[in-house]
Amino acid sequence: MKNIVEVRSLTKTYDGGFEALKSVDLDIKQGEIIALLGPNGAGKTTLISSICGITRATSGTISIGGHDNVTAFRAARNLVGLVPQEINLEPFEKVINTVRFSRGLFGKAPSDAYIESVLKSLSLWDKKDSKVMALSGGMKRRVLIAKALAHEPRVLFLDEPTAGVDVELRKDMWEVVAKLKEDGVTIILTTHYIEEAEAIADRIGVIASGEILLVEDKADLMTRMGQKTLKVDLAEPISEIPKGLSAYDLTIEGEGLLYSYDTKTDRTGITSLLADLQKAGLKMTDLQTRQSSLEEIFVSLVADKEGAA
Amino acid sequence: MNFQAIKSIYIFEMARFFRTLMQSFISPVISTSLYFVVFGTAIGSRIESVEGVGYGAFIVPGLIMLSVMTQATSNASFGIYFPKFIGTIYELLSAPVSFFEITVGYVGAAATKAMFIGLVILATSFLFVDFTIEHPIAMIAFLTLTCLSFSLLGFIIGIWAGNFEQLQLIPLLIITPLVFLGGSFYSVTMLPPIWQTITMFNPVVYLISGFRWSFFGTADVSIGLSLFAIGLFTCICLGIIAWIFRTGWRIRQ
Ligand SMILES: Nc1ncnc2c1ncn2[C@@H]1O[C@H](COP(=O)(O)OP(=O)(O)OP(=O)(O)O)[C@@H](O)[C@H]1O
Ligand SMILES: [Mg+2]
Repeated sequence: MKNIVEVRSLTKTYDGGFEALKSVDLDIKQGEIIALLGPNGAGKTTLISSICGITRATSGTISIGGHDNVTAFRAARNLVGLVPQEINLEPFEKVINTVRFSRGLFGKAPSDAYIESVLKSLSLWDKKDSKVMALSGGMKRRVLIAKALAHEPRVLFLDEPTAGVDVELRKDMWEVVAKLKEDGVTIILTTHYIEEAEAIADRIGVIASGEILLVEDKADLMTRMGQKTLKVDLAEPISEIPKGLSAYDLTIEGEGLLYSYDTKTDRTGITSLLADLQKAGLKMTDLQTRQSSLEEIFVSLVADKEGAA
Repeated sequence: MNFQAIKSIYIFEMARFFRTLMQSFISPVISTSLYFVVFGTAIGSRIESVEGVGYGAFIVPGLIMLSVMTQATSNASFGIYFPKFIGTIYELLSAPVSFFEITVGYVGAAATKAMFIGLVILATSFLFVDFTIEHPIAMIAFLTLTCLSFSLLGFIIGIWAGNFEQLQLIPLLIITPLVFLGGSFYSVTMLPPIWQTITMFNPVVYLISGFRWSFFGTADVSIGLSLFAIGLFTCICLGIIAWIFRTGWRIRQ
């Protein structure tokens, strides 16, 4: 698949001297949903702001749809819609006018029909004549999304779209995102809810301390990193691993044993382990397997990174 | 050129003005009336005429200039400061617009508002004093140039300002004194010679003088010099804005 966004050796040092991005490379494929995960202050917003032209990159290049975002900024920015992390809206203006404004700003001829369809898809149509300040926080976030969609972008950045949003709206939002993806819009979102990334994204990027630690297909990531554990409950607790079982990666936990194995390999070692357990004279009462979640993967990656730093 | 964007910014800014139309309309009418009561009637009755023009009529161009300059500056500075303050500037920065288009939109709207207020004051003046405008086309040209150049200045102040106090500071500390001391309410020739010389360093003198010439055909300084002064002032503002936009100063981190 073609790359729609290409980030090369991007660094960003803020005026105070803080290095928020350290040589970031990132390819975003056309039509995908990519989720960027990372702790507070990792550099997610800085990365998005650099791509969208809100902050100047200190060095490196960014291209969107093949257009350099500095030298061909018009062509590049025409393709991009941004929903910022903060709710930044003109409070005294009517909802529909702020959305019209956004469309005009991107050079698109007015289209009441399109704006109506956007507002309706976000359940904002009955609020179109309300002033922005009279809306609830969740509705303001919808207005931000409507503004970002007003010029029919091909690439949509959502910076923590579900922060402070109730379950209902979150569901609505993912419906809108799914619909956009159907229409071929590429979506980049940041989130702190890992289950959200797990549910919606095609690929997942992990970023910490201004560096991209990995970008991988969600399914690959889950299987590659997804270690499974087998829990064996024993009839009688043991205090140390019997000699005949030393070849296995076993740990004692409470009444039983934990065995970690990799689902990707041909031989998981489970059959022989069970046989050897019996040989060692251990009585099993129960067996359970468990796959680690994305959250655990994420936490361990970031912990490794921060431990190394 | 993204004309659609210029139009959108202009309309959005004018909407802010129309939301407060009554206020925008009433306050210049009231303040002009007050000036006429105090200066025109109470004090003016003791001053026969200045350079052959009745004092009441003489102060009209100065009054218009005073309001237009302060309004243009404050409208334009607020117009661009507000998006910075509430964070909506992100949209301007991420849109396919050049800073030139942003400036045209904001400055154009601020100048239009100032122009409107100037014309309201002119209309109000006719209620109090009798006068004719000798060079109406020159009058409109001077008014337009003043609205534009002071809106440019206001735009610079709005970008520079880091808080609301700073936003008020320059108009209060610099523009108002310069306008009051620039011959709004008197002719420079009425001053003692030493003050006449000092006054010539006040750029506003040239603007008010030229504007007054378009009304009555008399001026403190030659009309050519007035035109040169306002042209120079506009160029300086444009130069500063061009620099701001090349560097992203105080706008883009
Ligand atoms: N304007 C700025 N000036 C100086 N430092 C900044 C500025 N903006 C961000 N930073 C710093 O850059 C780092 C990255 O910030 P960024 O906002 O990109 O993080 P983030 O990953 O979006 O975090 P969060 O999850 O909290 O939104 C932080 O350490 C932050 O303090
Ligand atoms: Mg952020």
